[in-house]
Amino acid sequence: MSAVPAPRLTARRFRAGDAALQLVAGAAALAACVVVALIVWKVVDGSLPSIHAYGIRFVWRVAWNPVLGHELYGAGSFLFGTAVTSLVALLIAAPLAIGVALFLTELAPRFLRGAVTALVETLAAIPSVVIGLWGILVLGPVLRDDVEPALHTALGFIPLFGPASASGSSVFTAIVVLTIMILPIVSSISRELFLGVPRELREGALALGTTRWEMVRGVVLPYARGGIAAAMILGLGRAIGEAIAVSQVMGGVVGIHWSLFSGGDTLGSKIAESYQGGTTKLQVASLIYLGLILLVFSLLMNVAAQWIVRRVARRQGVGTKRGALG
Amino acid sequence: MINQMQVRASRPERLDRVLAVESLDAFYGGKPALRDVTMDVYENLVTAVIGPSGCGKSTFIRCLNRMNDLIPAFTQTGTVRYHGQEITGPDVDPVAVRRHIGMVFQRPNPFPKSIYDNVAWGCKVLGMRESLNERVERALTQAALWDEVKDRLKASALSLSGGQQQRLCIARAIAVEPDVVLMDEPASALDPIATGAIEQLMHDLKQDYSFVIVTHNMQQAARVADMTAFFSISRGEEGERWGELVEYAPTETIFTNPSDKRTEDYVTGRFG
Amino acid sequence: MSSHGITRADLHNVHLPRRRRVNRVMELLAWLAATIAVAALIIVVWSVAKRGAPALNLDLLTKTPVQFALGPVKQGLANAFAGSLVLVLLATVMTVPVGILIAVYLTEYAAPSIRAAVSLALDVLNGVPAIVIAIFVFGLFVVGHGQSGWAGSFALACLMLPLVARSTMEVLLLVPVSLREASLALGVPRWRTTLSIVLPQTLGGIVTGTVLAVARVAGETAPLLFTSSIVGTQVSWSPTHALQSIPVAIYELSESADPADHARAWAAATVLLVFILCTSLAARWLATRGRRRLSTSR
Repeated sequence: MSAVPAPRLTARRFRAGDAALQLVAGAAALAACVVVALIVWKVVDGSLPSIHAYGIRFVWRVAWNPVLGHELYGAGSFLFGTAVTSLVALLIAAPLAIGVALFLTELAPRFLRGAVTALVETLAAIPSVVIGLWGILVLGPVLRDDVEPALHTALGFIPLFGPASASGSSVFTAIVVLTIMILPIVSSISRELFLGVPRELREGALALGTTRWEMVRGVVLPYARGGIAAAMILGLGRAIGEAIAVSQVMGGVVGIHWSLFSGGDTLGSKIAESYQGGTTKLQVASLIYLGLILLVFSLLMNVAAQWIVRRVARRQGVGTKRGALG
Repeated sequence: MINQMQVRASRPERLDRVLAVESLDAFYGGKPALRDVTMDVYENLVTAVIGPSGCGKSTFIRCLNRMNDLIPAFTQTGTVRYHGQEITGPDVDPVAVRRHIGMVFQRPNPFPKSIYDNVAWGCKVLGMRESLNERVERALTQAALWDEVKDRLKASALSLSGGQQQRLCIARAIAVEPDVVLMDEPASALDPIATGAIEQLMHDLKQDYSFVIVTHNMQQAARVADMTAFFSISRGEEGERWGELVEYAPTETIFTNPSDKRTEDYVTGRFG
Repeated sequence: MSSHGITRADLHNVHLPRRRRVNRVMELLAWLAATIAVAALIIVVWSVAKRGAPALNLDLLTKTPVQFALGPVKQGLANAFAGSLVLVLLATVMTVPVGILIAVYLTEYAAPSIRAAVSLALDVLNGVPAIVIAIFVFGLFVVGHGQSGWAGSFALACLMLPLVARSTMEVLLLVPVSLREASLALGVPRWRTTLSIVLPQTLGGIVTGTVLAVARVAGETAPLLFTSSIVGTQVSWSPTHALQSIPVAIYELSESADPADHARAWAAATVLLVFILCTSLAARWLATRGRRRLSTSR
């Protein structure tokens, strides 16, 4: 290969192919960011008429009157509905989910482990509209005919357990439906967290002569504490954002009622119910205002979950599996 | 096996410089890895780079084909010239450099394609499409692999043994007709028989290519190289370490009559 | 602890029966939790299948709904099946190239700060509730232009994008550096290396991620409610106007009082469930097969 004139190596460091790929790929990445920005903008923009009309008081006003001439809108009733349904659902689902996760990591015999894990994950795959369908036509009647009257008779002195609902559509039904939906999320994240507890920590506790439960309570749960908190927040976010199943099983009722068996609405379900079109521009804007409140809460949940993950990772000096939570 | 007599006899009288390195410094994230390396690599010879672990041998040869560009925290100063042309400047296209200065890596890294496609793909992409079959056969023959694979060119490259895969990587590198072939410890992951095959290969191909080989194995350098560069680790006042070129001379000189004591210590320590 | 000649071991043993009891109770509770979870799944799936199977017939797929029919069965949901097919297909076509490009950009070109920013954007997009995405696309494409299959597909695509991008990124990061270096050392330009050597390695992972995203999005109702829900009963394959979809059909039928509508809703729900379960299983099978191949190749 000698006696060949030296090849030219300079110039044209710019390669069309590289530039093209970087440009196109960068454009795609930019598009994703633009979409996110657009979402925020569109939601804010769409709710402006209502923001102008009602200001921040909209957020806690309990009213939704679309009658022309007496129009008055507020998110208070739905905020209450969202809070009650999501928080109670989380309250029920979280211990259940942790129980399932502990079962899968500590107690389940080998042949059950894979099967139950798959089954619980399948629960997550069921579309919300199908769960809502089941909720209206199967769960609702059962609750209406059997469970609610029983609870009302037994515990009716507590305002929570008022008269049974007429149709089976109630806050209670919505809570059960939401519990089913967020259980798998919290459970699968918790399971991954528990699997990540180092063996030495577990064995160290057991070697002291503790029972399995004491080991779990003393080592596993504290170790996974931050991750579980983040998982619960993610589950809560999911419950808050659920619109379809809730709108199917919760009779659309405005106002704050303390009985679990009354109807109600959440931010998401109110929006979903009006998909056939609002009557006035102000109503549409108010619905979008509801969406804005929902968006803000979802983003806050997301940020909170990420923050917890980062804080836990820093404290433990170990990378908590972002893959499980991200 | 190749002995020293053969090596001495085969060295051409007039030595053309194919690579000229001048005052090369290399840094990882600001920390020096190499300091002030100046040496010439001659055409159609096998040049070995030896030295203890961590003396920057791999860093050095990766500077010769701009492979260190891929490492984000890496910076270098000094120049490397290829046939008189500077290849280290900011306006030089590293892709063009690598066209002429190829590399074979420590662990065989064939593409997950067939044996034929491993060799042919580079040619196709770089625009050498004529007589592809002949090119592939020639490269595989030069890499001493043709007889073993000629009946199963379409088989996956990953079905070959380690030594065969490495020879395939060599065939792949020489199929695109580079000028210089850099080898970063090519036989360190291979058994002695496969190693011997690769050493024989270098000897046979010297007339067409220039080889620069990094090796941990001094006997290998003694067997195969015409020129040898010995790098060693220097230490600074605050405990930082970097590699330096200590001595660069014909292999025979390095091993029998080194000028620098450090070279002598290293070389004799190993031979024990 | 105490000084009256009672050793630590004694104390432990004194409480041991109680501790064992507590342990047992906790174990039972865990078993109970697992049973409840599995029972919930079985109950829901069984309910759907039990009511859906009798109503499953070919008419469902081939006949269109009849608006004001007399009699028990109001024919089929052909328009919903066709519409869902078009909507999901379009959404996939929109998402996959963009998702792959984003993943390539993040792994090959982006500076760490940009990578963090774009990853954040993807995470935010993933966390936006589907109903808010619906409002967004409504405001973007439907206001002034009317509903359309394009708008509905776009809404679904917004949901799919973070999933596809993230799963593609995961497989891209698995490609060993040595493969890239081998190609670059030959003098092959970077873009060619990425497209011809790196991406083909990730095909399996991309397919798996896409299939999972499809399974997720096939059952989504909210994004379509505002973008592609005001439909006629005829089967239509054109996305220029709104297309009916299975989830929206189920939603509407579930709110009706007519048991014949309920029957069709159960049937459609059964089909939807079967589809989603099969695609999820397929994705999982693909994933394990890909993992196995990766571990044997080197």
